[in-house]
Formats: sequence, structure tokens, C-alpha cells
Amino acid sequence: MTVSAPVVSAGAATAPSAERAPRRAWLRRVLPYGGRWAAIILAVLVLAALLAPWISPYDPNAQPDIVALKNLPPSLAHPFGTDPFSRDVLSRVLFGARISLSVAALATAIAMTLGTAYGAIAGYVGGVLDTVLMRVVDALLAIPRVLLLIALVALWHTLPLWMLIVVLGTTGWFGLSRLVRAQVLAIRERDYVRAAEALGAPGWRVLVRHVLPNVLPTVIVAATLGIGQVILLEAGLSYLGLGVQPPTASWGNIIQDGADQVATLWWVSLFPGLLIVTTAIACTALGDALEAALDPHRRTRGGAA
Amino acid sequence: MTEPLLSVRDLRVYFHTGAGLARAVDGVAFDVGAGETVAVVGESGSGKSVTALSILRLIRPPGVIEPGSSIRFDGRELLTLDEDAMRTVRGNRIAMIFQEPMSALNPVLTVGEQVAEVVRVHTNASRKEAWERAVEMLSLTGIPAAADRAKEYPHQLSGGMRQRVMIAMALVLRPALLIADEPTTALDVTIQAQIVELLQRLQEQFGMAIVLITHDLGVVAEVADRVVVMYGGEVVEQAPVGTLFANAHHPYTEGLLNAMPRLSESHERLLTIPGVVPPATAWPSGCRFRDRCRYAWDRCAVDHPPLYVLNEQHASRCHLAEEPEHRLEPHEPLAARVGEGA
Repeated sequence: MTVSAPVVSAGAATAPSAERAPRRAWLRRVLPYGGRWAAIILAVLVLAALLAPWISPYDPNAQPDIVALKNLPPSLAHPFGTDPFSRDVLSRVLFGARISLSVAALATAIAMTLGTAYGAIAGYVGGVLDTVLMRVVDALLAIPRVLLLIALVALWHTLPLWMLIVVLGTTGWFGLSRLVRAQVLAIRERDYVRAAEALGAPGWRVLVRHVLPNVLPTVIVAATLGIGQVILLEAGLSYLGLGVQPPTASWGNIIQDGADQVATLWWVSLFPGLLIVTTAIACTALGDALEAALDPHRRTRGGAA
Repeated sequence: MTEPLLSVRDLRVYFHTGAGLARAVDGVAFDVGAGETVAVVGESGSGKSVTALSILRLIRPPGVIEPGSSIRFDGRELLTLDEDAMRTVRGNRIAMIFQEPMSALNPVLTVGEQVAEVVRVHTNASRKEAWERAVEMLSLTGIPAAADRAKEYPHQLSGGMRQRVMIAMALVLRPALLIADEPTTALDVTIQAQIVELLQRLQEQFGMAIVLITHDLGVVAEVADRVVVMYGGEVVEQAPVGTLFANAHHPYTEGLLNAMPRLSESHERLLTIPGVVPPATAWPSGCRFRDRCRYAWDRCAVDHPPLYVLNEQHASRCHLAEEPEHRLEPHEPLAARVGEGA
């Protein structure tokens, strides 16, 4: 596909000017730079998570025979083996994907919204407000996120899942807000922002129509990187017993189930671990690809860039 | 006489900087009648762009439009309008186009969206109506296949096309006044001519007045009705375009005219005005041009010249109006002499 793209665009360029890249090339135009693999991997994972109740071979929390069926290595009956409670690891990983992925997506959405709004207001309003807002972020950034998370999570005896999402989201936007602020500061001095003001656009409209769209690539890239990070954090917290509470499966606490016997029970921790790594890498690759795709200079006619 | 469309009086814009008070615009006054084209001419640093921005009240700190300044437009004092009322003037009644058509267009919006945006800011037009008006305006600026080009991004258009888009953005609401800040400077010569012609055609069609900020006297000769020459934050000469070219009074204007390349003359080198505009934090005493003026005499160092009225339409800020004997030779020998001295 990638190899044939220049040929296709060369043909399109010689066609009458009204002709644009065909609709079926939509994906190629949106994700031209190898991000397609990342997108496909993530799509498969999301699909697997959505379909978990139907494609899981077993009930993820069932402990059919804690003596005879525990700690079985991978086999045809249990492709990922079973854990010390005789639960099927594949089923737990599939159900765990639902929790891990949705926690990551929602927490990241919260973080991106907060960080963008905070940074945009600081950068666009400027002055004393900017100084105050940024000193607050400096102070928050000085606290390691894991410590902050542990401290917040410890406020609950058993942490509700939605609170885990909120906590992960509200601790994840400090860095982004600084990025967004810096971008807004640079963009608000651009001629087109001044031109929009000269043509009578009110401040909020200039911010929403002219400044934020130019910040968006930064936010999207930060979001894809953030998702990977949140998956790792959630896994870490769950591994520490502070995140998703058993018996609900998440990738992090499945790893923990096998962690104290990892030499003999390697299959319990390995498969969720591999998925965490795969997801994090795919998110990063997708972020890179989106960064390229969102640059309008590469969105030229027929994808001829 | 009826009130002119735009009337600038005693406009002073000072920048309160760490390096001192920069009096970038210092007592500027001029009028623009409805449908008239007034060229504001001067070197970089003469205050012409600051003057243009202050008409729209777009001066940012540390710049301040000093109290006592007055800009009347359409019978209203702009400098005392509140910010909301001022916004309804910008883009709607007074529009501005900028020098750099590349950087003055938003790279992430299609050009049609950017023109439509102006419509949507100022009217209740629906998205679709705004788009239709945008396409119509783009085609009025001579963009071929405007309906298709409107869907393109700025980087897909040439410099001349982008400047047409800027013009479409400025004129889509048919403002009464267009401020054009060096609209042709960044363009190729052939494109410059097209843009100038386009502005003239649209002026004829819409009847707006134009304040043309430029240092290109060729463009001035072609389009302007009247010329305001600025130097050192002040108006130094004001005259109808014919008078100015035939009968410039201020030595600075003379210098500008002599610095124009002309095919008909055989000077080997282009004539220049020696020196540069002094910084706005430190205007010389007396006449601000005296350091660079070949006629300057002792009076010029101590006595700041007023804007002498030469006749009903012609004014010059030079003591030569009172003491013409200090003008050494007529224009042409001046050219020769500066040429030898260089």
C-alpha cells in the first residue's frame, strides 16, 4: 500500500484539478506513516475487550477446582494457562482489557481536557493569572505522580473504579498544561491571530477557532503517549493492590497474581505484561503517526507530500 | 464641508519601554474621505504601521494611545468606544490586510473557512450562508474555481492567491474603510501589479476608502488620491498625489522621490537618503529630519517646525516654508549632488 501511494497520487495529479484523492484512500490520508499497524493492533485490542463476554472461553472469576486446575501451564484447554486460583488467564486477560483500556482512555480524556483548558487560559489571558496558574503547576509537578496517586488512593478503603479513573485523570495533566501554554503563547503572536483580531473576532473565538486547532496536534500526541502511561500506572497501582480491586481483573492485578511465583508461573504474568507493553508501544506509534497526519502541510492534494 | 469618513487628530502612541519612552507616533493628523485613497508613506520606523494599528485600536502593551488623541470614524469617536463596540467596527466597518499573506492566514483552516469566519463573527448568517458569501467574495477577488479553491489550505496557494484571500477576508462584509499595510511588499513584481489592480477594481465596485501604508511610491502614484508622508512619528508633508510628485516641498519627500528608480534617467547609482531613522526613544531636538537633511541650518536644531500650510491642500513640516532661501538648488541638482557625495 505504502509503495503504491506515490503512483496513485501521480495519476491523480495529472487528472483534472477538480479530482481529489478518492474516498477509499481515507485511511491512507489520515494515517500515512506506519501508524496503521498501531491503529490495527489497538483496534483488535479494543474489539477483544468489547467482545470479552462472548469470546472468553471461561468465566474470568470462576474458580472451578482450586486444587486440580490451579497453576496449569498453557495448553489447548487454557491457552494462557491458569492462575493459583484455577482461573483461566486468557479469560481474565480479555476481561482485564476492558478495565485497563477504559480506565486509560477515560483518565486520559479527563487529563487532556483539564490540561488543555488550564494551559490555554494561562497562555491566552497571560499576566498575573498566568503566573499564578503556572506556579501552581510547578508545585504540583514537584510531587512524583506515583506518590501523589498512592496518597490519594489511600484515602479510600476500597477504591471505586470511577474514583480510580478520576484520580488518574486529575493527576495527569500538569505537564500537558505547560506544553499547551507554551504553544498558545507562541501562536497568539502569529500574524493570523492578529489578523483575526483585526477583523473583529472576540477573544474566546480567536482562542477556539485560531489558537486551539493549532495546539491540537500537541494534545493528541500527548494523549496517545498519556494512554500508554496511564495503562502502566494503573498496572502498577493494581500490582501494589491499590488500583483495581480483586476479583475484578485488570492487566496489572493479573500480573500480581503470578508475581510471587514468576519463575514457575511465568504464564500468569507474561501475557498481560506483553499486552501492556504492546498497547503502550502501539499508542506511542499512533501518536507519532497522528502528529504527522495532523500537519496540514502534509495533507496536500492526492497525498503527494 | 461634510465630516470626512475618518478623521485622525493629534494621535500620539507611546511605547513605555525599559529603554525609555518611545514616541512612535507623535501628533499625527489626517483625514480620509469616503471612497478616497490615502497613501501613508515613510520608511520603516516612521510610525506608519503603528498609525494603522491604532485606527483599529490594536496597539498592545507597552504601547499606549495617549489621552488627547482622537480618531473619529463615521461620526463616532473610536478611542472611547468600549471593546465590544470596537469589535463590531473591526472587520465590519474597517478592515485591515497585512503585509505577509503567508503568516496572516491560519494554516489549519481552509481559506474558505477563514473568509466565512469573518461573516459568522459579525452576522447571524448560518454556516452555509457564510460559506456561500465566502466563495462569492473569493471569486470577486479573481480566484479561479473559487468554490474548489475555498476548500484548500493556505499552503496550497501561491503568494498572490493568498493575498487575494486576505483581501476577500477584509472585504467580505463591504467595509467603508480598508487599511492595507504594505499589501504588495512581500509579492513578486508582476503579482504586485495584479493585486494593485484588484484593489482598485474592488474599490470601484464597493466604494470603500483605502488607507494604503506603503513605501512603494510607484504604487502610490498609481492608486492614491492624496499622500501623507510620515517621518519620525509625525506627518511631514501632506498633498494630493499630483502636487506631491510635481512639487514636493519637504526635503524628506524630495529624498524619497529621488530614491525611486526611474527608467527615463541615466543615473548610474540609485540615489539614497543618507542615514537611518533615529530611534523613537531619542528624536533629535528641533526638526526630527535635520540630521539627514541637506538643507538644515541652525534654526532646524532648536525650533521644532509646525505643519506649515502651503495652500488649501498642501502642508509641509519644514521651515523652508518660511525661509525658502535655504533651499540650495531645485530637485535635479540635488540628485546629482547626493550622487557625487556617495
